[in-house]
Amino acid sequence: MESPVEIVQHTAGGAIGVSWLMIAFPLLGAAILLVLGRKTDRWGHLLGVAMSLASFVVAVLAFFELLGLSAEQRRQAVHLYEFIPGMADMGLLIDPLSISFALLITGVGSLIHIYSIGYMSHDPDRRRFFSYLNLFVAAMLLLVLADNYVGLFIGWEGVGLASYLLIGFWQFKPSAAVAAKKAFVVNRVGDFGLLVGMFIMWSATGTFAFAELSEKAGGLSQPMVTAIGLLLLLGACGKSAQLPLQSWLLDAMEGPTPVSALIHAATMVTAGVYLVVRSGAFFFPEGSPQALAVAIVGAATLLAGAIIGCAKDDIKKGLAGSTMSQIGYMMLGAGLGPAGYAFAIGHLITHGFFKADMFLGAGSVMHGMNDEVDMRKYGALRKYMPITFVTFIIGYLAIIGFPLLSGYFTKDGIIETAVEHNQVLGWLAVVGAGITGFYMSRMIFMTFFGEKRWAEDAHPHESPTVMTVPLIVLSIGSIFLGGYLILSNRLMLWLAPAVGRPEELPTFHFASTPGLATLALVAVGAAYAWMKYGRAEVPAVQPRGSFLTTFARRDLYGDALNESLFMRPGQWLTRIAVFFDNRGIDGVVNGLAAGIGGTSGRLRRIQTGFARTYALSILIGAALLTGALLLVGNI
Amino acid sequence: MNDIMQAPTIEYGTLAPMLLVFGAAVLGVLVEAFAPRYLRKVMQVPLTLVSLGGAFALVLVQVIMRGAPTEAVAMGAVAVDGPALFIWGVILVLSFVCVLLVNDEGHFVASAAAVPGSADEEEAEAAGSGHTEIYPLLLFAVGGMMLFPAAHDLLTMFVGLEVMSLPLYLMCGLARRRRLLSQEASMKYFLLGAFSSAFFLYGTAMLYGYAGTVSLPGINKALAGGALLDPLLLIGFAMLGVGLLFKIGAAPFQAWKPDVYQGAPTPITALMASGTLVAAMGAVLRVFWVGLGNLDWNWRPVMWAVAALTMIVGAVLAITQTDIKRMLAYSSIAHAGFLLIGVMATFDKSQQNAGSLSAILFYLLVYSFTTVGAFAIVTMVRDPGGEAGHLSRWAGLGKRSPVLAGVFAFFLLAFAGIPLTSGFFGKYAVFAAALASGSESGDSLGGWMTGLVVLGVVASAVAAFFYVRVIVLMFFSEPAADGPSIAEPSMGTVAVIAVAALVTVGVGLFPQPMLDVAHQAAANLFIR
Repeated sequence: MESPVEIVQHTAGGAIGVSWLMIAFPLLGAAILLVLGRKTDRWGHLLGVAMSLASFVVAVLAFFELLGLSAEQRRQAVHLYEFIPGMADMGLLIDPLSISFALLITGVGSLIHIYSIGYMSHDPDRRRFFSYLNLFVAAMLLLVLADNYVGLFIGWEGVGLASYLLIGFWQFKPSAAVAAKKAFVVNRVGDFGLLVGMFIMWSATGTFAFAELSEKAGGLSQPMVTAIGLLLLLGACGKSAQLPLQSWLLDAMEGPTPVSALIHAATMVTAGVYLVVRSGAFFFPEGSPQALAVAIVGAATLLAGAIIGCAKDDIKKGLAGSTMSQIGYMMLGAGLGPAGYAFAIGHLITHGFFKADMFLGAGSVMHGMNDEVDMRKYGALRKYMPITFVTFIIGYLAIIGFPLLSGYFTKDGIIETAVEHNQVLGWLAVVGAGITGFYMSRMIFMTFFGEKRWAEDAHPHESPTVMTVPLIVLSIGSIFLGGYLILSNRLMLWLAPAVGRPEELPTFHFASTPGLATLALVAVGAAYAWMKYGRAEVPAVQPRGSFLTTFARRDLYGDALNESLFMRPGQWLTRIAVFFDNRGIDGVVNGLAAGIGGTSGRLRRIQTGFARTYALSILIGAALLTGALLLVGNI
Repeated sequence: MNDIMQAPTIEYGTLAPMLLVFGAAVLGVLVEAFAPRYLRKVMQVPLTLVSLGGAFALVLVQVIMRGAPTEAVAMGAVAVDGPALFIWGVILVLSFVCVLLVNDEGHFVASAAAVPGSADEEEAEAAGSGHTEIYPLLLFAVGGMMLFPAAHDLLTMFVGLEVMSLPLYLMCGLARRRRLLSQEASMKYFLLGAFSSAFFLYGTAMLYGYAGTVSLPGINKALAGGALLDPLLLIGFAMLGVGLLFKIGAAPFQAWKPDVYQGAPTPITALMASGTLVAAMGAVLRVFWVGLGNLDWNWRPVMWAVAALTMIVGAVLAITQTDIKRMLAYSSIAHAGFLLIGVMATFDKSQQNAGSLSAILFYLLVYSFTTVGAFAIVTMVRDPGGEAGHLSRWAGLGKRSPVLAGVFAFFLLAFAGIPLTSGFFGKYAVFAAALASGSESGDSLGGWMTGLVVLGVVASAVAAFFYVRVIVLMFFSEPAADGPSIAEPSMGTVAVIAVAALVTVGVGLFPQPMLDVAHQAAANLFIR
């Protein structure tokens, strides 16, 4: 196994030297749009797009500069300034891993910015939307580019904030406000894990910097590393909607669709995978219990997400379930050590493309259908939205792993590596792929095929060019990117300086046992979906469904579980605390206050308003003073 | 009689600030006597402002050029030492600011002699005449305020007390609205003031009987050698105390304060609440630290009780007040109690004494400015019949006039001593000095001092309740439909509020420069 190379301090200028501009551009954009407010309403969205594109340009330049360096030189640290004296410096780490993320974030991010010009064109708050999007891009870039955990954490919280603001963007809808709050609260749990992990990290090693940790982490005791790893995993679960912190992602679809595409599919929710892969060399050594935990969480979530996806009639929630499931695959890959990292990141990148493609496609459908999200009210849309249909189909084929498309290579890579490492988890992933085939086909059939089941006032039409061009670009990526990255191990070799790689490079088998089994199961799933939703008529009202369907519709009772395990005991705790506060503490305080008030009321009567009474009080006072002095003097 | 009558030596340069104020006051009387009515105000206002400003400049010149004198001047009658100069400076700025308030139309009656509600009153009102005598009266009062804390013997102090008080009695009765209340206040203040002055004079006589002198250092010297338990001394001392404590409004001599503060025209209330308190505290310090410095083992326990009672009465009674001016009066009583804690913070070493003295001076400065600002705002909130005194009228003010209510809320927070306002540092300095003096003595006194400071903190908490209650009333209640109007403020009022707010914020954020000034003023203590 080859370890990551050492991080070198960047001295030359160039694009890497000014890589902080990647973060600065969108941050500036967000600041301008938020500070100047309504004055920027007319051109705010253009500024937002320009800032995102500028950031993309810097990322591309830095990427090519990095390509020009030898493999040993490909981890460049750029020191920016002293942040917390004696604790953390602010600096960026430009290496193959971070620049891959930067390209994905700024590239897909820019496309989604452009798409949003059209999608949000009727919204009076479009400018605010773009300011939040810019804020998100800046925070996400800080998350992946920071060369230490403190910077990472700031970005981590920044994307959480942007996500909160964007889920609740239409805050006049109570459901959106509640969903935003839920996302925030659930993420608190994960962030708590990340923070405590960082605390332990600091007390054990005295540093947060990746460069120093790669030296010092080796000296830590096994239980210490496991503790840090598990806590970081908790953080990753929160951000990436993995079991048991998955419940917020489905509700997060209340946000505008471009947000679902960018934040809740392509980028932010993959931050957990980034965290695990980035920390892999320090805290997730291959074969360690915490790495196994990562893989188990991934496998469990990929099944759970797929099952949820099967029962959703809301097109966005269906896609959200699928996102959970696909991130589960990535987590599974990330839990397998350097052998799986390249496939996990590869799947992350291709997923960024095809899932964004499908989310934006769903947005395009909603745009044409008066914001209807219920797939039972769709049907036969392929004739009315040809571009959306074709691009959506490409995304669909990619996600189910249709041979030679992007998803085929990356997902198959994960499955095969998993089977090699752990038979049980590997075959669970195969089953998950079969379910994926079913629920994604169900979505396609319900939306684009069959009979029209539209609402009466629906007039579906193709979306404007500004929305379809990003769809086309994303679908091209969904076709070719996977093969390009995986065949001849391009991505693995590229990432090796940052995350290491196995000694022996894998070769991609087109006809391995798990691969063929996957294809067969996918075909079965798709066929079953055809029988139920393509050939048969789709009822306009949701049928009752079996026990299993209800189970899936209710998100596997995740909310019910949270409610009974945490919310109700929490409420009881609150009630008890309130009771003691009212009766105990407040009782004393209020009693005291009432006592003083009463005294005041009684004493007030002394103030009669008569000068004679006042004079008398002076006289008595004088007598007392004299008496007291004489008394004190004579003691 | 072989002595030839010698002309007394007067150090005119040292006394120049005070003499300038008195001179301007005399000039003002002449203006009243000889200038035609329509010219009087035009002449009085600049005369008053220039003399007060000039006196302040003279104080500065004196401090910068020569520093504080170390000997009493005017044949040992007046001590223009560091604390006195500091107090003069504060009083001059405060009175300058109060003149700007006095200057506003509508506070003072057109003809004080006319019976309220009579035809005479209407006539005078219609003629638009006003009492310009207020300006020389105010100058005399200010002159008295300067002499009072700087007096080096008890007789001069008495003269200062009366020169200060007599014009104030008069000015209290000159309110344009609610004249009966105003006249009643004036009458009460006069009667009770005369009563307490009599105590003061009686005490002076007793002490003369004991020491054979009225000079403060002379009395102290007599104490050093004489019997400390002489009833003459103790009774005289108690009587003197009554006169002084009456002026600062310490319990049980506080009863006049709410009635007078409420009845007096608000600009005069502002002057009394700030200038009079500063002057009287200066006098208290001088008498207790210089004149009776060697007797502190006797007066400390009594002062303890007075301070405790004052804080409790001020804070507790303020809670049930419904009139804003009365509430501020009780708040002033509570603050007098806090200041008395500082008066008790004496040490054996003069350097540490200078520390507590500077704390008191600092407290006086910050409290008095905030007070003037608060009363200035009270003048602006008006009903058809005059100022809207009742607290219920202030409900929802934050919605009608957010800036005004915000500034007022800020002043209230400063009174409460919330950090980042000047009030916090004032209270902190005084309490810290008191704790230090208690722990220095190391015996039971330490515990008593700590107890007093704890009581002070508790009283502050109680006081915070009624300050915050007003804030809640202003910002979290619905405004009344027929709520008070906010008077369009004159330049003068705006300037007053701005200066007060600036001092409150500025000293709250950067207390060090002002602490340094107070420390320098207190460095050499009083002339003994």
